[in-house]
Amino acid sequence: MQAFLDIFDIYLLEAVINGILLGGLLALLALGLNLIFGVIDVTWICYAELVMIGMYGMYYLIQVYHLPYWAAAPLVILLVALLGAALHYLVIAPLLTAPPINQLLATGGVLFVLQSFATVAFGIDFRNVGIRLPVLAFGEMHFSYARLLSFAASLVGMIGVYLFMTRTFTGTAIRAISQDRQIMPLMGVDARRLYIITSALGGALAGLAACLLVLQYDVHPFVGLSFGPITFLICVLGGLGNFIGGFIAAFVFAEIISLGGLFSDLEWGYVLAFAFFIIMMFIRPAGLLARRR
Amino acid sequence: MTPRYAMAIAGAAAMIALPFVHRDAYHLHILVLILIWSFAYTSWSIMGRFGLVSLGHGGFMGVGAYVTALLWNHLEVSPWIGIPASMAAAGVLALVVGYPCFRFRITGHYFVLVTLALSGIVLQVITATRDYTGGSLGYTPNRATGSRWLALQFDDKTTWYFIALSVWLVGLLVWRRIDRSMGRYAMEAISEDEDAAAAAGVNVTAEKLKITLISALMTAFAGALYCQYQMFISPDTVSGISVSLQMVFAAIVGGLYVSLGPTVGAVITILSAEGLRIGFGANAVGWDNLVYGVLLVLFIIFLPKGILGSVVEKVKARRMPSLKS
Repeated sequence: MQAFLDIFDIYLLEAVINGILLGGLLALLALGLNLIFGVIDVTWICYAELVMIGMYGMYYLIQVYHLPYWAAAPLVILLVALLGAALHYLVIAPLLTAPPINQLLATGGVLFVLQSFATVAFGIDFRNVGIRLPVLAFGEMHFSYARLLSFAASLVGMIGVYLFMTRTFTGTAIRAISQDRQIMPLMGVDARRLYIITSALGGALAGLAACLLVLQYDVHPFVGLSFGPITFLICVLGGLGNFIGGFIAAFVFAEIISLGGLFSDLEWGYVLAFAFFIIMMFIRPAGLLARRR
Repeated sequence: MTPRYAMAIAGAAAMIALPFVHRDAYHLHILVLILIWSFAYTSWSIMGRFGLVSLGHGGFMGVGAYVTALLWNHLEVSPWIGIPASMAAAGVLALVVGYPCFRFRITGHYFVLVTLALSGIVLQVITATRDYTGGSLGYTPNRATGSRWLALQFDDKTTWYFIALSVWLVGLLVWRRIDRSMGRYAMEAISEDEDAAAAAGVNVTAEKLKITLISALMTAFAGALYCQYQMFISPDTVSGISVSLQMVFAAIVGGLYVSLGPTVGAVITILSAEGLRIGFGANAVGWDNLVYGVLLVLFIIFLPKGILGSVVEKVKARRMPSLKS
C-alpha cells in the first residue's frame, strides 16, 4: 500500500501526467476483468491475486534464477495465462449453469486460496525485483521510467487485444459469443474452447500487469488488496463488460487519486475516488457510457 | 408442546448450564467467539438468503467496532450510548449505499461490486485517519477506570458467554421473525423477478432497504460487541473485504436458508481455523486459510445449499416422499 501511495509529488501538472500514467496501468487491469466478464459473464474476484502470483513469478525468475527482465516477462505472462485457464477449467466451468453469485463467490474462495498459498509458499516479507529504473527529469517535473514504461506497455497490450478481437477469426468468435451465448454453439462454435482461450487471455493481461507493477511496487501476499478493489470500481463505473467505458473510467479514477493525493494524503485520494464512485452510482447507475433510461 | 419446541428449550437450557459445569477459559473463549461471529453471520444471511449478496458487511462491522471504540476513547461516551450511535452510523451508511442501488435496480454482479467498494472505503478511511484510529496497527479501547458495567468491559469469560449467548438468541429470533413475515414473501418475489414483484404491488425499493437496514444494524452491533470482548480491533479483523468474504463463506458453508445454518458455519469455520492453528503450530500462517479457501470452493461447487441445508433437505425428503421430485 505504502508504495502505491508514494507515487505523487507536489506539482499539479506532474500529478496530472502521473495520473495519466497510472491510468494506463489501471486500464490494463480493468481490460482483463472486463474481457472475462463480457465474454463469460463471470467476475473474477481473485483477479488481483492472479497479478500478485505473477509478481512473485517475476521476483523468483529475476532474483533467484537470475533471468534478465525481458526473458522473465514472457514466462510470467505465460504462467498467469495458464493459471487463468486453469481457474476457468477447475472452478468456473463446473459452475457455468449455477447462479452467477455462486460463480462470483467461488472465485472469492480462490482469492483466499491464492493469498494463503502465497503466504505459505513465499512468506509474508516484502520483496522486490531489485531493478531501479532511472528518473526522467523534464523541466521541474520528474517521472520515473518505470511508470512511463508501464504506460507504454499497457497501451501496447491493449492495442494488441483490440487487434486480436477485431482482426482474427478466434477474436471475432469471442465477440460473437459474448453477444449471444445460446446461438453460437448452434453455429458450430466450441464455446468451451473459446471460454478457455478468453480466460487465458484475461490471465495473460494479468501477467502483463504483474510484469509492470513489479517494477514499481514491492510484492507481498496481500498486495492484491491494494489495487483489486479499485479495479472492480473502474469496471463497474465504466459498465461491466464495456471496454471503452472501463478505459475512460480508469483515467478518471487515476486522475482523482492523483489529484486527491496532491492536496492531502494519498489515502484520501482513494477515499475521494470511492466517494466519487458512490455519487456516480446515483447519477449513472449502469456505468459512465450507459444511456439513461 | 411440539418435539421441536422441547428440543429448542432443552438446547437452550444446556447452553445456559454449560459455563457452570465446564469452566475452561480457552473453551469458553472459543464459544464466545463462535457466538459473536454466528450472530454476525446470521445478520449477513438475513440479507444474503434473498439474493442480496453483500460484500459490504465488513464495512458495517468496522463502523460498529470503530465508532464505539472511538467514542469511548476520545469523548468518553459509554458503549451503552456508543453502540447505538455506531449502529445508527452503520444504518445511515447502509441507506446511503442501498438507496441508489435499489432505486436504480443495481443487482447481481453490480450489487456485489458496489458493496465490495463499500468495505473498501471503510477500510481506507480507517487507515487514512490513523491519527485517531491507529491505522493498520489496530486500536485498543481504554481500560475502564470507573464502573465496569458502564464501560461494558468484563474480564470474566462467563459474563461474556451469557452476553454473547443472549445476543445470538436475539439474532435467531430476528431471523425467525423475518422468516415468518410478509416481508419474506415480498423479498422472495423480488429475488425471483423484480418487475413482476413490483407489478404485484410490492414496493421493491422499500422492502430491500428494510432488510438491508436490519442486516446492517445487526452487523454493526456484532462489530461493537467483538470490539468490547476482544478489547483490540484492527482494520483487518473487523473490516475490509476479507471479513466480508469470511461472512459470506461461513453462511454458505453452514446453509443460507435455515436459521441455524450460519451458526453451523461459524462452528465449522472457527473450529477448523483453531484446529489448523494448533495442528500446524507456528508454521500455520496461511495454511488454515488455504484449507479454508479450498473447502469453500468445493462447497460452492458441490454443496451450494450448505451442510445443514442439505441435511435438512434430506430429512424432509425422507419424511415426505411425495415432495421428492
